[in-house]
Amino acid sequence: MLPLKEKDKPIIQKLLSAGCCARCILRFCCVSVQAAYRNYKEKKIVNTYLLIWGMYALYKSKDAAESETSEDPPNKRAKLETSITDAQSEEGAAAVVKLKDGDSRVCVVCLGILQELCGTTQAVKAVKAGNYEFDTLVLSVSLPAQLCVREHSCWLHVKKEVREKGLVLNKDDVIQVKEAFKWIMQGMVAKELGGTAVVTKVSPFEVSVEFTHSETDADCHFLAATCPDCFKPTKNKQSVFTRMAVVKALEKIPDGKFLKHYPCPPKQPTSSCSPQEVQCLRVSVFVAGRYNKFCRSLPQTPWVIDGERRMESSVEELIAAPILSAFRADGFNFSSSGREDVDVRTLGNGRPFAMELLNPHKSRFSKEQMKQLQETINQSSDKIKVRDLQIVTREAMSRMKEGEEEKTKSYTALVWTQKPIQREDISFIDDIKDLTLDQKTPLRVLHRRALAVRQRAIHSMSTRFLDSHHFYLRLKTQAGTYIKEFVHGDFGRTNPNLCQLLKTNTDILELDVESVDVDWPPPVPE
Amino acid sequence: MESVEHEDTKANAPSVIDRYYTRWYRADMKGKPCEDHCILQHSNRICVITLAETHPILQNGRTIKCINYQISNGCSRLKNKVSGKSKRGGQFLTDFAPLCRITCTDETEYTIYSCIRGRLLEVNENILETPNLLLEKPSTEGYIAVILPKFEESKSITENLLNRDEFENIISKRSSAQSQPS
Repeated sequence: MLPLKEKDKPIIQKLLSAGCCARCILRFCCVSVQAAYRNYKEKKIVNTYLLIWGMYALYKSKDAAESETSEDPPNKRAKLETSITDAQSEEGAAAVVKLKDGDSRVCVVCLGILQELCGTTQAVKAVKAGNYEFDTLVLSVSLPAQLCVREHSCWLHVKKEVREKGLVLNKDDVIQVKEAFKWIMQGMVAKELGGTAVVTKVSPFEVSVEFTHSETDADCHFLAATCPDCFKPTKNKQSVFTRMAVVKALEKIPDGKFLKHYPCPPKQPTSSCSPQEVQCLRVSVFVAGRYNKFCRSLPQTPWVIDGERRMESSVEELIAAPILSAFRADGFNFSSSGREDVDVRTLGNGRPFAMELLNPHKSRFSKEQMKQLQETINQSSDKIKVRDLQIVTREAMSRMKEGEEEKTKSYTALVWTQKPIQREDISFIDDIKDLTLDQKTPLRVLHRRALAVRQRAIHSMSTRFLDSHHFYLRLKTQAGTYIKEFVHGDFGRTNPNLCQLLKTNTDILELDVESVDVDWPPPVPE
Repeated sequence: MESVEHEDTKANAPSVIDRYYTRWYRADMKGKPCEDHCILQHSNRICVITLAETHPILQNGRTIKCINYQISNGCSRLKNKVSGKSKRGGQFLTDFAPLCRITCTDETEYTIYSCIRGRLLEVNENILETPNLLLEKPSTEGYIAVILPKFEESKSITENLLNRDEFENIISKRSSAQSQPS
């Protein structure tokens, strides 16, 4: 039985004749029983109204020339007729309803959104097709602004009727189209996608349905003339008739003025409102770890100039590929606690990194599965290796970035000297502590960095003699120190530099990062 | 023995300049004989203006009396200030824009020119304090200025410049011209 009462009758009659669909009628009668809307055959709902008040006879078309088409077999109709319990209503007979079986008139208020339910069907289809892993979903519906105008018109249409009967119908009591749509969606989701899926207010999985109806866009335009201060001109080409602006204008406009400019009830549209493509978006998942780089010809990010790839692969691609496919994500953002050059290796514990995985279709991974994924990455290439792979929160990204600015790093450089050296010549370097450098922006990065002088500290150094023109230099430095420029001087723009200290031309042949002293992410025990 | 070893390693180790820069030249700048400039172009398009080894300042044991970046009443290259990644505020130079004037102790005066179009990023202030740097290390610590050409022009600026081979050609022509009896 429908939760409709005798008092709703005048509203129902008025709205039916105005051209409202069954579910919109339920809304205007403030029916908040969700199940009522989920009854999928609109015809069934309408039949039930008419049944209650014996208006079934009104199924006859006003226009005699139009032939009645009936989807119900004659004997079923007869059954319904015999189950009429209430007395025939004469008022009902007067309200000529042009509704026929299988009538596909588009509702004047919801423009068909609550009628054919292709929006919900499409949404459910999209979720299924995407093969997402989820427990809950939040439904975000975007409706064309003219729905507010049409709703307002219908409300005014019944307001008079309601007042005459001594009743009150607040506009706020009317169930919103959006809400009804979501209730229907909940039912469909539960039915089609299994019992665990629940439509909630907040969820990491968002399904967005957008409706547009260009045919009736002009319905809003009169408001610009009547309430000009509600509509601010927009800079880009987007319509000035936003939902918010239209709602505001409708709140302000006096009833009389509205009725002058807009038909009440609204005009019947010829086409139904169609949903745009449904968007499914799962909130990003963050994966962190530490990476080692063993190759001296691997850039961190893909090296592409003028559309041509200059170097094969990159650190981020090698790490991201297996992770992307495991999480079935659409894309990723890779960032790390600092970077090293193409020709520099990263040894030791490795450099912390974090990846944001965009729209991951699969997001639940156990510790075991993460270990397995780590193993897959390590097997895939001998150029890089990852450790401590784990899922982290978005906030963790900032912890990693603070490491870039604040934490110390250790390096080993292979130095060439122009003048021949002996062990004693370089031993003094081991005693240098906290050497402050003034480094102008190196010329090799000056094209993309601001010109500035940066003070950086080399905390300590140690040397290992190799031969008369080579030695290994170990350094522990402040974050952001340019090692190469310290060694060769960068045209004298880094002071002091190794050339000055050793009083000879020096150059750097090889550089390795020995450690990045950031204690994040937390180590994952083997 | 030692000097041979020294030569070997010097030859084996490509310098920073060899690895990252291309050498371009402008000979007889503004028609003045032998006033050759060497432009070091980095692979990222930034150019360092230096004196070529053949420049008169570097010949005959000259010493420098003073270096002046004030090239006119209204313009000092020292006042050049760039800000931000896009280097706003840098003085825009054309090929023949003077960078500085160098006076040697033998009263000879030379103007060093930009040689390329672009935005002046910095001039070398170290040579103001230590002019010897210019004499001893003209290609590195004794550089004159750093210029950033426009992105669109980064390839075209070298059209008016000589590459290493062309420059060496010119030099050898000079010495053969000199050795011919006039």
